[in-house]
Amino acid sequence: MSSGLSVRRGRTRGLPARLPGCLAFCCRVTRPLSIVVVEPDPDRAKLIAETLGAPDKNDVHIIGSESGLARAISARDPDIVLVDIASPSRDVLEELTLASSPMERPVAMFVDRSDDGLTRAAIEAGVSAYVVDGMQPDRIRPILDAAIVRFQMFQQMRTELEATKRALEERKIIDRAKGLIMKARGVDEDEAYALLRRTAMDQGKRVAEVAEALVSSAGLLS
Amino acid sequence: MNATALRAGFIPLVDCAPLAIAREIGFAEEEGLSLELTAAPSWSALRDELALGQIEAAHMLAPVPVAMALGLGGMPARLDAVAVLSVNGNVVGVSAQLAERLAAQGHEFGFDDAYAAGRALLAAAEGTLRMGVPFPFSMHAELVYYWLAALGLPSPQGLDVRTVPPPLMAAALARGEIDAFCVGEPWGSIAVEEGHGALLLPGSAIWAGACEKVLAVRHDWAEADPVRTAQLIRATWRAQRWISHPGNLSTASEILAGPAYLDMSADIVERALTGSLVVTGDGKRRHVPGFLRVYEGAAGFPWRSQAAWIADRLAARLGLDRAAAAKAGRQVFRSDLYRAALSPSLADLPGASEKVEGAIPTPTPVASQRGTLVLERDGFFDGAVFDPSAHG
Repeated sequence: MSSGLSVRRGRTRGLPARLPGCLAFCCRVTRPLSIVVVEPDPDRAKLIAETLGAPDKNDVHIIGSESGLARAISARDPDIVLVDIASPSRDVLEELTLASSPMERPVAMFVDRSDDGLTRAAIEAGVSAYVVDGMQPDRIRPILDAAIVRFQMFQQMRTELEATKRALEERKIIDRAKGLIMKARGVDEDEAYALLRRTAMDQGKRVAEVAEALVSSAGLLS
Repeated sequence: MNATALRAGFIPLVDCAPLAIAREIGFAEEEGLSLELTAAPSWSALRDELALGQIEAAHMLAPVPVAMALGLGGMPARLDAVAVLSVNGNVVGVSAQLAERLAAQGHEFGFDDAYAAGRALLAAAEGTLRMGVPFPFSMHAELVYYWLAALGLPSPQGLDVRTVPPPLMAAALARGEIDAFCVGEPWGSIAVEEGHGALLLPGSAIWAGACEKVLAVRHDWAEADPVRTAQLIRATWRAQRWISHPGNLSTASEILAGPAYLDMSADIVERALTGSLVVTGDGKRRHVPGFLRVYEGAAGFPWRSQAAWIADRLAARLGLDRAAAAKAGRQVFRSDLYRAALSPSLADLPGASEKVEGAIPTPTPVASQRGTLVLERDGFFDGAVFDPSAHG
């Protein structure tokens, strides 16, 4: 078995070991998968839906609001739910793992039991998948593979954005530190920067760290 | 000292204090650990990070490792609770509309009587009572089910317990999606500050000795690395002892209020640590002894009987075999590892690893290694007791 569902012993395991290949194939093509994506950002949501082959291949439904999430998902009765791992609303999905009536299809977090670590890859990429009881693992795989690629891109964008923001902030601090040195020592900008850099090298620190220390202690004196 | 790195995750709540203090005041370092703490966005994400080995330890809802031992919810992994991080510390609150109706009925928000508050709530509620809790497997959910069932409210007919992430609790009240909630601090106080609700009871008024958060690790990790497991238990114990000194409370509040932890006003954080809470929008203040306990009465001791209680409640509600559940549940509260880590010269621990839950009405001296241990009250509001020897 390449992968499996978590604790629920559902229809997957109840199937005869040797399923006629044609039957499995027919099932795969006859019904598009119903996927719910929980994503408040409309731009991101659109990209995810495109990645997952909406609207032609799969039926992808986006839920953007955190309000009444459990009921909104139950009403759609999806095969798979995808949610950003950074969303606090993920805990709401855990509630759906306990079906409250025999008519409901409980979902379980998708947990991969094979060696290739699909679950780990998904979590590291920042997406978690919940699948309905009895879902065939080979139908989940392509969806999750596509989602992982997309979420990795989001994560990369986020990291780059943060790096840019940090660089900008450091720039500002260094400029203020230079200003303080120029005023206190009566030197020009280049000399002030050279002094900062020398101090940083002597202390084994980054220029931004020395500048930060200078600016925050200068605050004490003013 | 050459400290070894240890990664731990937490949810920004007042009761993450033992881990935060272990790092910030240097107890982890004294034990030879370089403790890296990272906030997690949700309980399920934190559980998965721990189960998949992205971190070694976590601040965790006490029922989560127990539920996992019963095969419930998400990840199929075994987690062990190697210490209790906090006892009690939750609040039950109601929406602004319900608070108005309660006040009109003459309820005075005494914040101490679970019978009076519960009956008033049932009289004021219209239709099914919708109650928000942070997670399906949480002491919050267990306290709510226990309390309202004992008052005669049947679930699911009369009670609808819903999962609402704590930072969204006040908003869910304001939008009318829930009528009431049970949540850990600071989120109850924030609902009051924002004018969306009032606090009805501390969790301790329902069960005075409820284990709330535990220090969770992977079972395999604890077995493979007994040295670091013991270092972590000791660092946490030292931090809990430090927090329990009244002189340290404002420092602890300042640290927790910082951007790396709760990132909010220290005044709000201090309410839970001192047990002095503002319960209504017009500023009624109530003092609750033992509101959040981290040290007194061997608060850190992982009683196997408490795990059995949680397992029994989950099994009864979800239709599992109760004896088997209690047996599986008690295995994950590792009083053996806790004892192995804390020598008698450091901590005075109880002689037993199980007790009859709910049987201590007033602080009581008990058999312990050094004979100095006094256990705190642990009664249930309805006077019931749970004898673990009768379960599993």
